[in-house]
Amino acid sequence: MTPETLGAAAIAYIALMFLLAHAADRAAARGRWRWMDRPVVYTLSLSVYCSAWTFFGAVGYASRSGLEFLTIYLGPGIVFAGAWWGLRRLLRVARMHRVTSIADLISSRFGKSAALAALVTLISMLAATPYIALQLQSFTMAISVFAEPGDPLPGNISLWVGIGLAAFTILFGTRNLAADERHHGVVMAIAVEAVVKLAAFIAVGTYVLWGLADGPADVLARIDRLAESPEGQGWLIRPDRWFTLIALSGAAVVVLPRMFHVLVVEANDEDRLRHAGWAFPAYLAAMSFLVLPIAVIGRDFLPADANPDLYVLTLPLSQGLDTLAALVFLGGFSSAMSMVVVSAIALSTMMANHWLVPLWLWLRQATLSAPAGAQEDLGALMLNARRLAIVAVIGAGWVYHQASGGTAALAAMGIVAFSGMAQVLPAMVVGLSWRGATRRGATAGVLAGALIWAQMVFLPSLGLIAPPVMPAGIDPFAGAVLLALSVNLTLLILVSLIDFPDPVERMQALSFVHAIAPDSTPNEAAPSTKSEELLTLAGRIWGSENALEFFRGMAEQQGKSGYLPDLTPRFLVDFERRLAGTVGAATAAALMTRVVGRGGVTVADLMEVAGEASQAREANRRLELTSSELARTAAMLRETNDKLTALSAHKDAFLGQISHELRTPMTSIQAFSEILKEPGLSDEDRSRFAGIIHDEASRLTRLLQDLIDLAVLEVGSARLKPAVINLHDLIERALAASGATAPQRTFTIQRNRPAEHMSVITDPDRLLQVLINVIANARKYCDAEFPVIRIDTRRAAAGGTEIDISDNGSGIAPESRALIFEKFARLNDPARAGGAGLGLAICKEIMEFLGGRIAYLPGRGGACFRITLPARPPVSQANDAN
Amino acid sequence: MTSAIDVLLIEDEPSIAEAVRFVLTREGWNCRHCANGSEAIGQIRRLKPRLVILDLMLPGRSGGELLADLRADSVLARQPVLLLTARGTDALPEGADRVLAKPFANADLRLVVHEFLDRA
Repeated sequence: MTPETLGAAAIAYIALMFLLAHAADRAAARGRWRWMDRPVVYTLSLSVYCSAWTFFGAVGYASRSGLEFLTIYLGPGIVFAGAWWGLRRLLRVARMHRVTSIADLISSRFGKSAALAALVTLISMLAATPYIALQLQSFTMAISVFAEPGDPLPGNISLWVGIGLAAFTILFGTRNLAADERHHGVVMAIAVEAVVKLAAFIAVGTYVLWGLADGPADVLARIDRLAESPEGQGWLIRPDRWFTLIALSGAAVVVLPRMFHVLVVEANDEDRLRHAGWAFPAYLAAMSFLVLPIAVIGRDFLPADANPDLYVLTLPLSQGLDTLAALVFLGGFSSAMSMVVVSAIALSTMMANHWLVPLWLWLRQATLSAPAGAQEDLGALMLNARRLAIVAVIGAGWVYHQASGGTAALAAMGIVAFSGMAQVLPAMVVGLSWRGATRRGATAGVLAGALIWAQMVFLPSLGLIAPPVMPAGIDPFAGAVLLALSVNLTLLILVSLIDFPDPVERMQALSFVHAIAPDSTPNEAAPSTKSEELLTLAGRIWGSENALEFFRGMAEQQGKSGYLPDLTPRFLVDFERRLAGTVGAATAAALMTRVVGRGGVTVADLMEVAGEASQAREANRRLELTSSELARTAAMLRETNDKLTALSAHKDAFLGQISHELRTPMTSIQAFSEILKEPGLSDEDRSRFAGIIHDEASRLTRLLQDLIDLAVLEVGSARLKPAVINLHDLIERALAASGATAPQRTFTIQRNRPAEHMSVITDPDRLLQVLINVIANARKYCDAEFPVIRIDTRRAAAGGTEIDISDNGSGIAPESRALIFEKFARLNDPARAGGAGLGLAICKEIMEFLGGRIAYLPGRGGACFRITLPARPPVSQANDAN
Repeated sequence: MTSAIDVLLIEDEPSIAEAVRFVLTREGWNCRHCANGSEAIGQIRRLKPRLVILDLMLPGRSGGELLADLRADSVLARQPVLLLTARGTDALPEGADRVLAKPFANADLRLVVHEFLDRA
């Protein structure tokens, strides 16, 4: 088998993928995609994570560093198996905002910032170019294995492969104008390639395990022997590197542009993650468990100068198994091809949306909204920008590959790319979970992290500058990555804390963090002359047919015929979101501002969204309830129902009580007033009966006053009228007013008058009502022979005030204490009390209204009530009074 | 045997008790008063009144409970009872011969008591 044959095989393989992708796209166009749209296809497409680096390099990595290669599989495995709900939220938010790339996600979250999008695109390009070069390099390395020693490789084979990949990507990656739509052909090709590479790897692994070695036991023995030999010294597990690498690869599986693309942009529904949550880690496990056996057998069977990165090829070749080697070659090529194609799609979208189109807009800002016809077709411009970017991305990789001459070990370049993209992670994770994270914070963090990464990881990896010097005992790579990420995260948080975001940013933050669509309800229409301009713009981007269809649909939703909807906020939001699906959030916002001239969102919109947000958040939370939680909810509903029933019974009892309290005095009044009309009454009787009528009428009046007080306080319509008063004066007034209760008894009043002279800020009339009530109660109920009422005042915690009012009677029985603040909880004989039992209930309501409380203090000899006031009454109610 | 006591009024509100006694006494009936629900049964046994006027809301033992006790007692089961209530007319206890809602006109009270006492 010659390199020429294999090169031809590679080109033929690309052609095969052309046919497959074409068939899948056609099936999708005819609506027959459904049978292919299975979770397994999605999971297999995620295997684009396993690039040629993993396919060839993992064995080399294991040969050099032992088990450390596992970290590259452990990180993603942990993320998918352990945090799929986090990924699900990411998917939900991204689909909601029609996110087209990782750069678009970050930009969209942070106020649709164009600068941030361009920055993330730059980092992605820097990280991806060597990574794509690596794929091309792995291809040439692999093919050179088949060449006779000394024979030159066919000169341009990697160039031809690059051109083939670019052609494939352009053809199947830029079919749709909307960058957030799915590329069925590409996904199907990747899924098939995933199977090819897994099959090839397991084939060679199985051959090595049972064909070359004598099964697992033999391999384990060889591993032990190697680990104990001097060569095994590099195999030591270094915790700092392990931790860093697991974290990095866990981050990479989400933020690498190609991973974000298959994971988020190509996903059609978030439930796919349930399957991927176990199936993708299983795929990684299958790819990884034969790595170590191949590495160990390679060392034992091949000459010492053989490149361990190529053991998967050289082992079968050394045994004359050309067909197996060719299969492995195709497996490796599959890995390289899917990585390059998806990376090119993802990066080209980012470059076109965040570099080329903004640049173009900036150059032509004056003529954008001019009538169509004389203008270029914006849609074609978009597609051409993306095609150009694909050529640029793959071309840059090829140039880098040619220039670097292909020296570095495969694994090193992959890790450099991982650590670069990881600088986006803090902005993404914090941005999705903390509303306070701001655009300036994210920009500062990403920029600083990227600069440190460039200085300490990226440039040294190119051999341009020396690697950083780390304190002894710290791994240079792990140290640099941890430094970059901590500076990144710290700046993000610190800058966000001192920053104040604008309305667009706050609205996006709210929407991202709570995973709710930032819709505002239609309230006022913007000037309608702009509708046609928007239609013109849309026509130039989507094609006039698509644009008309969208506009007609929106007009219909507003109940209008024709194709010019009112420019309601709702329409503008929908239009902008749809536009973002094509050109990215930042550019869409810029275009909208140009045409409609609005700054995006008004404060009123924001307030409205904030209101909806709390409802939507609640609804969202409910949606996520699992069945067990549903059962709990059902239990809660039952409980609530029981409470409502109890409440209703309580209400009935209350109404019954009111009825009783009103009818009782009325009965006496009616009876005696009739009696007074009868002849033959003595003057004495007449006067006594009139007295009873008077007393009962006053009782009725008091009761009505109490009920009104209570109703006003409970409904919360009472107005607080705060004032600064001297507590001493208030107590004097309370004692004077309550003196009318039980006037026949003589009370000793004990007070500390000097201590009472303190200023209190509260509603004096309300507080007076409470004091009178409590003192009058003491006068009514104190059963001591020589009754004493004692009043103590003092400053309490946080500037509050405490007033204790106690007597020397027998107090309130323990079993009754829980009831005294309830309505109609009159405990003693009503004749003696002369009240309806609402007094303390009113006191309790008043004290809550004043922001304080009233409590019964047991164990003070007699009855003792403590009234506690805050330093100031509640602010909102105080404001109402103004 | 006809009891010397025409009416036993069981009512905790002193002013209402006074009004009812005044009205009934003026009508020529012999009327006694008891203010406490827990003492009422003993009084009924002892005085054997021809009519018991019972208030529904009483301290101690409530009118409803008292009524149930009467109806369960072999001797007192047929004791005529006029129930006074200030709680509206719904959810009244079983067993009363008549019910009078508070407030009532004195004429109505006289009429009802006549119906009870003139039968014998």
